Amino acid sequence: MNSMMTQLLGWVDARFPLSKMWKEHLSEYYAPKNFNFWYFFGSLALLVLVIQIVTGIFLTMSYKPDGDLAFGSVEFIMRDVEWGWLIRYMHTTGASAFFAVVYLHMFRGMMYGSYKAPRELIWIFGCLIFLVLMAEAFFGYLLPWGQMSYWGAQVIVNLFQAVPFVGEPLSVWIRGDYVISDASLNRFFALHVIALPIVLLGLVVAHIIALHEVGSNNPDGVEIKKHKGPDGKPLDGIPFHPYYTVKDIVGVVVFLMIFSVVMFFAPEMGGFFIEAPNFIPADPLKTPEHIAPVWYFTPYYAILRAVPSIAGSAFPGVAAMGAAVIILFFLPWLDRSPVKSIRYRGLCFKVLLFLFVANFIMLGYLGAMPSTPGKTLLAQIGTVYYFAYFFALAIIPKFEKTKPVPERVTS
Amino acid sequence: MSTEGVDKGRRRFLTAATTVVGAVGTGFVVAPFVISWQPSARAQAAGAPVEADISRLEPGQMMTVEWRGKPVWIVRRSEQNMKELAEIEAQLQDPESKNSGQQPAYAQNRFRSRDNNPEYVVLVGICTHLGCSPTYRPDLGAADLGGAAWRGGFFCPCHGSKFDLAGRVYTGVPAPANLEVPPYQYLSESVILVGDDGGAA
Amino acid sequence: MKKLIIALLFALPGLSMAAAPGVPLEKAGIDLRDQSSLQRGAQLFVNYCMGCHSVQYQRYNRMGRDIGLSDDQVRDNLMFVGDRIGDTMTIAMPKADAASWFGTPPPDLSVVSRSRGVDWLYSYLKGFYIDESRPFGMNNAVFPDVGMPHALWELEGLKRGITETVIDADGNESSKVVGYEMVKPGKLSAVEYDQAARDLTNFLAYTGEPVKLQRQQLGIWVLLFLGVLFIFAYLLKKEYWRDIH
Repeated sequence: MNSMMTQLLGWVDARFPLSKMWKEHLSEYYAPKNFNFWYFFGSLALLVLVIQIVTGIFLTMSYKPDGDLAFGSVEFIMRDVEWGWLIRYMHTTGASAFFAVVYLHMFRGMMYGSYKAPRELIWIFGCLIFLVLMAEAFFGYLLPWGQMSYWGAQVIVNLFQAVPFVGEPLSVWIRGDYVISDASLNRFFALHVIALPIVLLGLVVAHIIALHEVGSNNPDGVEIKKHKGPDGKPLDGIPFHPYYTVKDIVGVVVFLMIFSVVMFFAPEMGGFFIEAPNFIPADPLKTPEHIAPVWYFTPYYAILRAVPSIAGSAFPGVAAMGAAVIILFFLPWLDRSPVKSIRYRGLCFKVLLFLFVANFIMLGYLGAMPSTPGKTLLAQIGTVYYFAYFFALAIIPKFEKTKPVPERVTS
Repeated sequence: MSTEGVDKGRRRFLTAATTVVGAVGTGFVVAPFVISWQPSARAQAAGAPVEADISRLEPGQMMTVEWRGKPVWIVRRSEQNMKELAEIEAQLQDPESKNSGQQPAYAQNRFRSRDNNPEYVVLVGICTHLGCSPTYRPDLGAADLGGAAWRGGFFCPCHGSKFDLAGRVYTGVPAPANLEVPPYQYLSESVILVGDDGGAA
Repeated sequence: MKKLIIALLFALPGLSMAAAPGVPLEKAGIDLRDQSSLQRGAQLFVNYCMGCHSVQYQRYNRMGRDIGLSDDQVRDNLMFVGDRIGDTMTIAMPKADAASWFGTPPPDLSVVSRSRGVDWLYSYLKGFYIDESRPFGMNNAVFPDVGMPHALWELEGLKRGITETVIDADGNESSKVVGYEMVKPGKLSAVEYDQAARDLTNFLAYTGEPVKLQRQQLGIWVLLFLGVLFIFAYLLKKEYWRDIH
């Protein structure tokens, strides 16, 4: 039996680099041995991606991308399809989980300087994944064809109208109609289930290939490849498999527990994961009283609302929102500190980063709330700080007192 | 990193245990996805048993009802038909309906009908060859179907399979089995419920 | 058009969530496990609501199964002649006619408990009061100027709102319903009517998500299973990581 398996493997290996890939990416991929809690979220993001793709495929089997049928087909899935409710709740919970995991993953990178040389491309691929994920979530959110779906899409597509000169024709072109309609629903469906997932998968592969080319960063921000043993393996590295596979399995189980608590006991998550107005079918003649995007978009929505329109044009707000995402791409070059990890950086960096996170959460809260003059002012301050953070990173290394970075990882 | 003093037995046990529990979990996750392909509540409702009023069916006539999207024929045979069903048995593949998958036990007889009303036969109108719907050809001695030997029945235009008036397949045709008899029961003298025989086998 | 965008972006989120600000909602206090309450709610719904409102995603047989009624009981008590047990609970009223009678077609109520919330529904059912200025002579405290007449008035009776004039921060005067006085008693006492409203709300909460109880039950098993898996996974991780110093 065993020798037959070996023979079969040999046969495959002569034709496809199966053993080689297994070694390169798992059994002989040396990862720093000092990964901490924050290093779970990469593999979790991969898990959520798989959940979304599998549940998504099964949802398309019963969903109808048709303005007259879409809302009913979602309720059909929830009631008439065997276990359809489970598959659908996995998908809705998965959407929110995706952003939760990705935000934590990004925060890890910002904390330990994972975007710095030689990992700029990993970071850029990651930012592209984030951008595509936002588009994917936006297109997907229209599909249930409830009031929030409809009016959310209406507002976001209308943003393009603010683009000078080409705005009006551009937004009509995106919708394929003068308002969000059946035509928009159908094309959003195509983008959501085919186009963007393909792009997303490609980017994820690129992200991982780039990572495995240069090797993982770690909480100390030191390059483990600098110190190799006589066998040519990094002294502070351990094979990803089995050490990090068994560790990630624990992370996966804990994650699934949290996921299950939400999915089985609070799938609407108090209106943050599934919003109440989305249980009313889309009605182009009646706007819900309070439109708020899903929670993962609210920080950027707050930035959009914070910037006042100038000369009758809403473009500055739209531009600010776009810039808030685009600026992430430049992080590797804006942060000029030679020290990667927060552990060896000065107090000012720690304070700035802490404030950045607090500010991001505050913007998220403000974006979900109806605006009042006081809240708008707060959102404006938050917006300024959001951008200021990135430029501060360029300045503080000039006077920042960093600690000496150790040669080897600490345990 | 060192692998000295490793308790290999414990390691192997825990690997096996985690794998087994994980595999069971994966099975539990896969099941709902597989089951979701079963007919939905809507399909089940649409495939619910249908009632057929046979009070106006004359001897020799056929009526069609739709059950689960398939044509179901109800034929009332004349006395002559009934007599001839016995006479042509030499030309049939399975005259006694031994192939038990093709009818409920109560229709496993020469007339392929319930004992109390032998003249009525209920058949799923789908050819057992490749799923075409045969045509009803009660015309005795039809020239294109073998002349005088044809005692009425069903002819499948797709590949030429022939069935008698009890849905029994002739020899020498592509169809391998008799036409299917669906579960059914008499709700009254004149009403047949197709698709539900009240659990009677 | 540009003005509209700005309005959508900035003004609409400024409006508040509740339909009638200042009207506190009463707790519905429903229990999805209480099958007799669900059965009474279904009976009330079929008798008083289904003339105009469908629950078009709810199947009769599923409802019967879930609230503890046999197919025959559902057929005899809750169904119109000619409907089949596997059918969804639709109505025959044409949408266009309905729109001309009530100003807006009566909405389908399958998922109304999820868009409005159960407390809102309960308060709404109890919030009708006499208002001669309205086409049907009735108004509602939680849904001002509602197009629907008080379908349950025979049960509850007719009550008149006791209003109070309130002056808001900007100095605008408006009247607010602060209490009711019963003008014409109905068939039910106040306590009985509260229960009827609760039963009806319970039924609508059920139709909003028929699988809810089953979902929560399954969740407990899933978590228990993951707990077992966690123990093995954690021990396995511990075992391997003894190599790492």
